[in-house]
Amino acid sequence: MTDMTPRERFHRRVLENKAGLFAIVTTVAISIGGIAEIVPMFTRAAGPETPDWVTPYTPLEAAGRDIYIREGCYTCHSQMVRPMRAELLRYGEWTRAGEYRYDHPFLLGSRRIGPDLQRVGGKYPDAWHYEHMRDPRSTSPGSIMPVYAWLLERTINAADVQASVRALKKVGVAYSDADVGGVAANIAQQGQEIAARLAGSGIQSAADREIVALIAYLQRLGVDGRRAVEAGLTAPTKSE
Amino acid sequence: MNSIPNAIADAPVYDDDIVRKFFAATVLWGAVGMLLGVVIALQLAWWPANLGLSWTTFGRLRPLHTNAVIFAFGGNICFAGIYYSMQRLLKTRMYSDLMSRIHFWGWQLIIVAAALTLPLGLTQSKEYAELIWPVDLAITIVWVVFAVNFFGTLAIRRVRHLYVAIWFYMSFVITIAVLHIVNSLAIPATLTRSYPVYSGLTDALVQWWYGHNAVGFFLTTPFLGLMYYFLPRAAERPVYSYRLSIIHFWALVFMYIWTGPHHLLYSALPDWAQTLGMVFSIMLLAPSWGGMLNGLLTLRGAWDRVRTDPVLKFMVVAVSFYGMSTFEGPMLSIRAVNGLGHYTNWIIGHVHSGALGWVGMITFGILYWLVPRLWDRDLAYPKWATSHFWLATIGIVLYTVSMWVAGLSEGLMWRAVSDQGMLATPAFMDIVNRLMPYYWLRLVGGSMFLIGVLMMVWNLIATVRGARPLVQAIPAPAAS
Repeated sequence: MTDMTPRERFHRRVLENKAGLFAIVTTVAISIGGIAEIVPMFTRAAGPETPDWVTPYTPLEAAGRDIYIREGCYTCHSQMVRPMRAELLRYGEWTRAGEYRYDHPFLLGSRRIGPDLQRVGGKYPDAWHYEHMRDPRSTSPGSIMPVYAWLLERTINAADVQASVRALKKVGVAYSDADVGGVAANIAQQGQEIAARLAGSGIQSAADREIVALIAYLQRLGVDGRRAVEAGLTAPTKSE
Repeated sequence: MNSIPNAIADAPVYDDDIVRKFFAATVLWGAVGMLLGVVIALQLAWWPANLGLSWTTFGRLRPLHTNAVIFAFGGNICFAGIYYSMQRLLKTRMYSDLMSRIHFWGWQLIIVAAALTLPLGLTQSKEYAELIWPVDLAITIVWVVFAVNFFGTLAIRRVRHLYVAIWFYMSFVITIAVLHIVNSLAIPATLTRSYPVYSGLTDALVQWWYGHNAVGFFLTTPFLGLMYYFLPRAAERPVYSYRLSIIHFWALVFMYIWTGPHHLLYSALPDWAQTLGMVFSIMLLAPSWGGMLNGLLTLRGAWDRVRTDPVLKFMVVAVSFYGMSTFEGPMLSIRAVNGLGHYTNWIIGHVHSGALGWVGMITFGILYWLVPRLWDRDLAYPKWATSHFWLATIGIVLYTVSMWVAGLSEGLMWRAVSDQGMLATPAFMDIVNRLMPYYWLRLVGGSMFLIGVLMMVWNLIATVRGARPLVQAIPAPAAS
């Protein structure tokens, strides 16, 4: 005890003898970093951009996104094109912050066991995705992706999707009350469009199958951002 | 009843039944979690192992593996070690036996809920926070019970002074509560589905603030607390430096919380946040190594026993892997290095040098040290413990080396551009297939680690069931 510095004696006598005080100081110590990093994200000056060129997912696309989450697609596929030369060549435009504006939850991923999907929207025809889920090796020889044949059979439930859209509206996605009320009609309409395109490729699928919702979501990925970049709507940054 | 001096002194005071419960749960879930790891490693090497069933695909089992290892295996050993050491350090029984039991059974029910919901695809998708909102609520309730029991025990303690292990436990109890509540805020759509209140990159930042501090405050600080109790006990040496323990404790808990954004380098997250995450991650090397040095130097004068005592072997390698992975982490947080390593198998290797090397090995050391003390039995097969040690160590080396090579290979192939300005390997599939030998090698390493664990399970069951009462009294703890 005798070779302690004054600070160590303070630590010993005060903090290490008073559990309540120790707990309070610990709470302060672990709170500072989180507050400093998270709070500014909600401000206009320091937070991510909230542009007007991005629109919410349609109800069918939102349903497809829930399937993407359910199947854990994000455990193998990222949704983030980094501003690097090779990534621009491989995937396309790098991802702008505003593109994620209506993503609850975010799906950036942490592993690329398979390729990034940020710019997959519009890259392949609907039929490609259908076949790819039915048998990944039919479209991508050598793929290690599991078969997702049950997506071709299982159906989506309009009331269930409506509950999701209603909750998404509550967390801040720009849906109107009319959007929430029109979920069933939207699902039917967009589903039939996709089913018709599939039929054009010789694939017979009912419009209410999960595969149709997933295709709707995948075909939407990165589309708003790509169009905004092409139209010159994204904010110029240092790297541009 | 017992012939051991310290057992007589302990018996009327301490609740060791709860320690035995958490001990058994650690062993059970550890084997399950690591078996799942081997299964998903096989699925990457050989896709038919996904079995064509929705609930056995990699995408659904991977979160089950991470949750099982972190919260079931890691969580239960933390609670076992905390309940064992806290009562002895504070010379009091836990505040409430009922709360201890609610904590135990509640935590096991949460694990069972995870094992049922995740394979069904019921998930929130945020890493290590996948469990659906009703389970999140249950976690909150159980954690509050644990916290009340923890601080209640501090309130009735009969030793005024708080030993360094208690500081680390306290940071665990407080920080996990804060992280879990803030990151789990969501609006339910149905009983099994909800959407986080944060959007896009804000959600990503909150998640990785949580996610990296699940590493920091679930897999690091409580385990450092365990190290500060069990390593000196096993080595029969006092902690090397009191001064170092103060400095590295405060530096660690203050800095860790800033590091989350290093998971989002090169994303569209605002630059200031990325830079803060990187800078604090690099600085974190110092307090991390402070803990490693304090652990290793505690062994001064006891190194000869490392040659013969499997408990010390496990602990020495654990602390060494802690030092290695806390060097690798800051290095990977440097923007340029992260640009190569991010999204690759290098990260998987890094995680496992921490999870298998640090968390796994120190847990095995504690389990082998505790079993004779909790059941008054000599270890049934002492030589098996040494075999377990070597299987685990070689298994980790095969695992991390194969993932380093795989990660560097894919990272370099993803970015390689030819002189003509074209991608050198435009077909992603060529890169996937290049990694196959490393996936198989990783499977071998992981399987060795699992076989070691299964040997330990058999050894511990034989010890508890067996009739080999202690031939030699366990020495009473030296005064701290």
